[in-house]
Parts: sequence; structure tokens; C-alpha cells
Amino acid sequence: MKKTILFFSCALALTAATSNSILIRNVTVHPITAPEIQNSSVLVIDGKIVDIGPRLAAHQGARVIDGRGLHLYPGMINAATNVGLAEIESLRDTVDLDEIGTFNPELRAEVAFNPSSEHVEVTRASGITSVITLPGSGARGGRGGGGGSVITGQGALMHLDGWTWEEMAVKPSAVMEMVFPVLNSGVPRQFAALTGAAATSFADQEKQYKERLQHVSDFFQNVRQYRQAKQANGPDFRPDLKMEAMLPVLDGKQSIFVRADRERMIKDAVAFAEKEKVKIIIANPRELGTAGPLLKEHHIPVILGKTFELPLHEDDAYDAPYTLPAEFYKAGVKFCFGTFDVEFARNVPFEAAQAVAFGLPHDEALKALTINSAEILGAGDMLGSIEKGKLADLILTDGDPMEARTSIKQMFIAGREVPLQSRHTREYEKWMQR
Amino acid sequence: MKNRIWFLVASLAFSLNAETILIRNATVMTVTKGTMQNGSVLIENGKISAIGKNINAPADATVVDASGKFLIPGIIDCHSHTAVEGGVNEGTVSDSSMVDIRDVLNPSDINIYRALAGGLTVSNVLHGSANAIGGQTVVIKLRWGKTAQEMIFEGATPGIKFALGENPKRQGYPAQGFGATGPAPERRYPGTRMGVEEVIRQSFLEAKAYQAEWKLYNEKVAKGEHAIPPRKDLRLEPLVEVLEGKRYVHAHCYRSDEILMLIRVADEMGFKIRTFQHVLEGYKVAKEIAAHGAGASTFSDWWSYKIEAYDASPYNAALMTKKGVVVSLNSDSDELQRHLNLEAAKVMRYGGLNENEALAMVTINPAKQLGIDDKVGSIEVGKSADLVLFDKHPLSGFSKPQKVWIDGHEYFDREKDIETRPEFEKKKKALQDKEAAAQPAPGRRRNGSGAAEPTAATPNQGDSK
Repeated sequence: MKKTILFFSCALALTAATSNSILIRNVTVHPITAPEIQNSSVLVIDGKIVDIGPRLAAHQGARVIDGRGLHLYPGMINAATNVGLAEIESLRDTVDLDEIGTFNPELRAEVAFNPSSEHVEVTRASGITSVITLPGSGARGGRGGGGGSVITGQGALMHLDGWTWEEMAVKPSAVMEMVFPVLNSGVPRQFAALTGAAATSFADQEKQYKERLQHVSDFFQNVRQYRQAKQANGPDFRPDLKMEAMLPVLDGKQSIFVRADRERMIKDAVAFAEKEKVKIIIANPRELGTAGPLLKEHHIPVILGKTFELPLHEDDAYDAPYTLPAEFYKAGVKFCFGTFDVEFARNVPFEAAQAVAFGLPHDEALKALTINSAEILGAGDMLGSIEKGKLADLILTDGDPMEARTSIKQMFIAGREVPLQSRHTREYEKWMQR
Repeated sequence: MKNRIWFLVASLAFSLNAETILIRNATVMTVTKGTMQNGSVLIENGKISAIGKNINAPADATVVDASGKFLIPGIIDCHSHTAVEGGVNEGTVSDSSMVDIRDVLNPSDINIYRALAGGLTVSNVLHGSANAIGGQTVVIKLRWGKTAQEMIFEGATPGIKFALGENPKRQGYPAQGFGATGPAPERRYPGTRMGVEEVIRQSFLEAKAYQAEWKLYNEKVAKGEHAIPPRKDLRLEPLVEVLEGKRYVHAHCYRSDEILMLIRVADEMGFKIRTFQHVLEGYKVAKEIAAHGAGASTFSDWWSYKIEAYDASPYNAALMTKKGVVVSLNSDSDELQRHLNLEAAKVMRYGGLNENEALAMVTINPAKQLGIDDKVGSIEVGKSADLVLFDKHPLSGFSKPQKVWIDGHEYFDREKDIETRPEFEKKKKALQDKEAAAQPAPGRRRNGSGAAEPTAATPNQGDSK
């Protein structure tokens, strides 16, 4: 009994003394922005990385972690998910995606982020410390709504730790999500008869597509007029939430995250960005085609979706989705990875690994899971690498974090150690007892 | 048409192989007999004829230098809907045991080739999960370029699909969401898990009565009596085969209650469940599954896509293994079947199984579940030469298959695949040009970068999960 009390008070003392200082020693540090350093140390104070070097002294009362035989990486970032907004995909009551309406720029993902979602713990268990949470599912009006929204709302960069969404938000309103209009092929009459779909010609589809583009263009025109009216501040001026939300976009302070999966959509999206003079990020492209030089020339970054996909067309090379990231790399386009879902948000490192198997240099894949994501999302000064001054989002592993065989041993988010247990491990431990 | 070109390319590339092949200097991961560094495997007449350190190449042998590479048995998927032509669900009745997947195998489904390129050699092709008792199922070898008949795994016991839980009961209350079918036109019994149990019990009561009628008839005939044969019933025939152990039951399930329910119904009716499929809550009744002698074929890490998948845990495979169940990892997906080796690697993270236990999940264990472990599933002398050569360790995310053999025939070679691409593109272009010249339809662009969007890539055919 005495021992227990002694232990307990020690533990208390330890917690009190170390709440703001951690020294991780004897560890292989992978800063990402610099070559790996063997047998080094990283000092964390007040949630930030303060120093990196071989012989750092522990502050008095600092918590010292021996990283012998282990590796220290920055926490990974999944740059496109719906984590926090969707719990059980098939149950609409648990899903807060795809609001009704065509233009919803005023919607903010962070305010509906459920901090108690089981997906938070499950996702971080594989070494992911932050995610972008998007208000749209990307569904093209299919299952789960999608409702045909063009601007679905603002995505937030969220830490996967915190008591409230406010504490979790690293960068609220990080991006404005937009689903670029799609030009569908026509549905020939004989096919329509088989499927029950309405027969349409390609010309019809093209006409509708142009109308939709015009609709988008009109919306931007309205926002510009609103801005003028606001600046003029005349007696008739009334604030409008939708219009207000678009101002940072027009001012180039917020990028539009444009979902565009085909080569032509990518090109059309770039043309749109040029015309409207806005910054864009291309999201979830499924092919590059000849769009590489265009993206490079305009410095447009890309968030790649899942590598584990089927080829788009029956006659594509079997490995087309696997080689796509290497294709973007060779084209000189800056990119990072996302999964565009909830269920498999934790698998983003494996998606990157598959790209490595098919030609993407290993270190580029790691960058695309860390520093590139941070920079593309406008948080390059806070996250994505082990550098002095950055938030201490760190993972301690026994190997490459892109490998399923690797164990994630410990995780720190802004210097706080967070447990790696989840609903999954709890069920496991409980039922092993049976 | 494009399919046919694939066929040509494929058959040209793959017809020039020798019957005797020596694969040398590989890390040979036999799965059942350990791993051998710098090992050689000799293939003769489609079978593995020798495994060892120093095997001399017979005069006529093709020698494959596999230095630095890894050889594993062909990967086996215990739950697939690939190569099913059209829909996978005959969802209009609660017991569709009269229909057979064998009748609708499409040997030119491009997903067969894509899976082959991921090291898959055998698939258990199943009916969907729209009904308590679904259609008959078939085990195939991915002999790309062969006919449907030639793809069927010789001697493999045929199966039948059962389904419990949300999918079969969804027909009782047509609603949105994941599952087996599109919008159902009208409600169809059952709409509850209780009803699902009743359908299975009722069908087996009928099957037993039918079996008894035939037994009586055959006894009379044997005694030389004049007897009128019972009316043939194509729905009950396969269920009698189940009762007689001639047909395996592959039961789609999620929750522990329904798993236990089916075990008790099977006990009562006197048949066995061969595999529980998906079985995401198998970890809660691992003891009962093991006692029944059923295998469990699950997903590595799927969860939360519906309420019956909310208690899923990626530790399921490891836990069931530790409790004595033979566990395999399946795909249920045209996409996932392309990298089951990587799915297997996840059981090392989730539950701490070793490399061999991990690989067994996609090789020997599914072979055992399908009753074909005497022929495939490991690298052993006498077994079929179904082999995959990886460039790196097959449980590493950085690896990929280089060559795949089935029955000693090379069905996939990455280098050859890449070599044939320019020629293929040329042929494709020629066809497109020809079509464009034949139909100069204004406003309709078909080629190259300006192509109009077809619908999304070949989706999994509507069952899954």
C-alpha cells in the first residue's frame, strides 16, 4: 500500500514537473527538411520544438524519453478527409456532409467537428497528427447527397487531439472547397433504354456544362460587386454571409480546394483560376495527361487521392493509379496525399508507400505526407517537419511510418503525449479476456 | 473490342513459356515449411518438383534468376465478385440457391488481369449478399486468356453464399445506404435478423424432407420396386449437397449474435459452415467459431461504413487466430484484391502476428478454407506451381510482383507488360482513328486528352461489404 502511494505521488510529481519540457534522446531524427540524424535528441518546451542536436541537456524536471533503436518523424498529415464530420457512412444522422445549396462558402467544417468521434483516435493511431476536414464528400450528386453543390464550404486543418473543436483547430478555414463542374459524356439512346437513364447528346451535356461554368463565373462576379459595395459603404449596403466568406478567396488569402479528377477538368480549373485571379489547389486528380507543365508554370499544388484505385479506363495500364504520384513528381508539381474519406484516413501512409513501389522517390513520399501538406495548406511555419520553432507534432516509431509492419510507439501533438489506444484496441483487449 | 486486343497481347506474350522452369537464388517463403535464403524452385509439368539450395537446371529448363527477389505461393482471395457478368445478386427471393455464379463467369473481365498483376492466382467467386440463402459459388484460377470453363479450379468443392444481418434484411425495408442492391421495388421478407434465421431454418427443413423423399425413392429402386421419382427441385438440390458435405457454406455476417445463430441452426440441421465471411465481430465469438470448425475470412481494417461494422476492429484477424480459428483476409473488391499481400502485413501491426502468420492469411489459410490446401497455398513439392515473384519483401509496402505463374505457366510478367504498352497504344490509336474516320460526328470528341468522360472506372459490381 505504501509503495502504491509512493508510486502515485511520484507519478504526480513527474507529471507536474514535465508538463512543459520533453527531451527525446538517442533517437534517429528524420527532420524531413534535412537529412536524417542518427543518435540525436530533440528538446520540446511548451509544445514547440526548441532544439535538435546530439548532446542536448535535459532541463531540470524535463521528461526524458530514451529513443534508442527508434525513429522520430514529424506527425503525418492527411490533407483531405471528412474525419469529425462523418461517423457511420450509411447512417445519414451521423453524417454532416454536403449541405443543401449550390454555393455555401460560409459553412465552416470546424464548427461541426465532433471531438469525440471514434475516428479521431483510430486515425491518429497510425501516426497521423493532423487532418484536413472537408465539408463535402465529393459525391457528384450521388449517394449521400452531394446535392450538386459547387462550393461546399471551408475545410479546416485539425489536430487529432483536443477537448473541443476549438482546441483541435490548427488552422480553421484553411481552404475553400469547390467541386468543379463536370462535363459528362452523352447517354446514347440504346444505352439509356438499358439503364433507365435519360438519353442526352454530348452537345446537350456540353451546353449544360458551359451553363454551370457561367453560373460559377456569375457568382464570383457577384462577390466582386459585393466587395465594391462594401468598400463604398453606401446606405444600401447589407452584410451577407456568403459574400463575406468569399472575400479572403478574392484577396488571395484562402486557396480554393478544387476537386477535379480528369485532365480536362484540371485544365479548365486552371483557366478558371486565371480568369478569376484566385489561388487554387487541385484535389483528387485521377490522371495528369498533358496538364503537368500548366500546373508547374502556375505553381498550382495538388492533393493526390488514393493510390489504391482501379485504373480509370478498361484499357489503361494496370498500374496507372500506382504510377500517378511519380508522374506528378516528374512533372515538377508540388503535391501531398489525402484519402478523401473517413474510414481509411489512417491508411494515407500506405497509399504513399504504393507510389514508392511504382517509382516515386521514397523521400518525396515522406515529404508528401508531412512538409508538403503543411506548406500547401498554409501551415508550413507550424507543422510538417522537425525544425526549431515548429509545433512538436512527433511520432516515435520502430521503422518507416509508411510500412504496415512498423509500430507507432508514441505520439506527441503540440508537445502533449497522446494515447494510441482507440475503440479498436479497447475491443481487442476486452475480448482477449473472454 | 479493346478487350480483344488485350487478349491478343496477353496470349502472344504468355504462350511462349516453357514447361520446365528453374527459379534460382530467391528468398523462398514457403509459408508452411519456413523461408529459405538463396533457394531454388523447380517447376515441371505445372507442379513444383523440387525446392532446395542446389538444384541443377534440366537441359530444357528456362532459368529465372531471382537474386534479391522473394518467391511466395500464389495469393488466394476467399471472397471475390470479380469476373461475374452483370449483377451479383439474384435479390428477388429470400432463398436464391437455384442460381449459380458458374453460369455467369466472364473470363475477359479486365479485373482478372489486374488482380493477377497483384499476385492473385485463385479467387472464391461469390454470389451477393441480398438474401439469407444466396446463389451457388465457384473457385477459379486466374488463367487470363482462357475460357470461363478453363478458369474453374478443378476439383475444388463448390459453395453457396449465405448472408446475415443488414444486407438480407434490407430487402424488407428498402432504404438508402450501403449494401447489396439498388432501390428495391417492393418489400420482401425478411426484414429482421429473426426473419433471416427463419428463412434458413425453413429452407433446410424443406431440404431434409426432399432428401428423405429421394432416399426413399432410391431405396425402392434398389429393391427393384416400381417407384415414381420425386419432383426435381433446383432450389433444394444444393441445400441437400450442403447437408451431405458436398457443398461449402460461405456465410456473409457481421454481428456476433447472427454468427452464433447460424452456428446453432447448422448444428440443429446437421450441416457445417465452411467459412464465415467478413465476420467483423468474429472476435466476440471466436471460441464458438473455432469449436464449430469454421474458418473466418475477414477484412484487414474495414469498419464504420454501416452500424453493423461499427464494432469492427483490425485486431479481429489476430484475435481469432490466437483463439484457434483459421483466418484469411479477403478483398470483396476489384481493387483490394490487387494487393492482398499488403493487407496481410497489417496483422503484424494490429495484433503482432509474425511474417509467416501474416502471409498465411492470404495463402495457405484461404486454401484450407476452400479445401484446396493439398494443391495450392504453399510452396511444397507436388503442389501446383502457382507462384509470385516480388522485387522486395512481399509484406513491405514498397514491393510489387514481377512475375506470376499458375500451373507453371507464366501469366504475368511486369517487364513484358510494360514492353507491350507502346504497341498496344499504337493499335488503340489506329482503332480510334478508324472510328473517327468512319463517324465524323460533330461535337463528339472521342480521343486523347479531350475525351468526354465515360462513367467512373469499372465499379465493383454492387455487392461488397
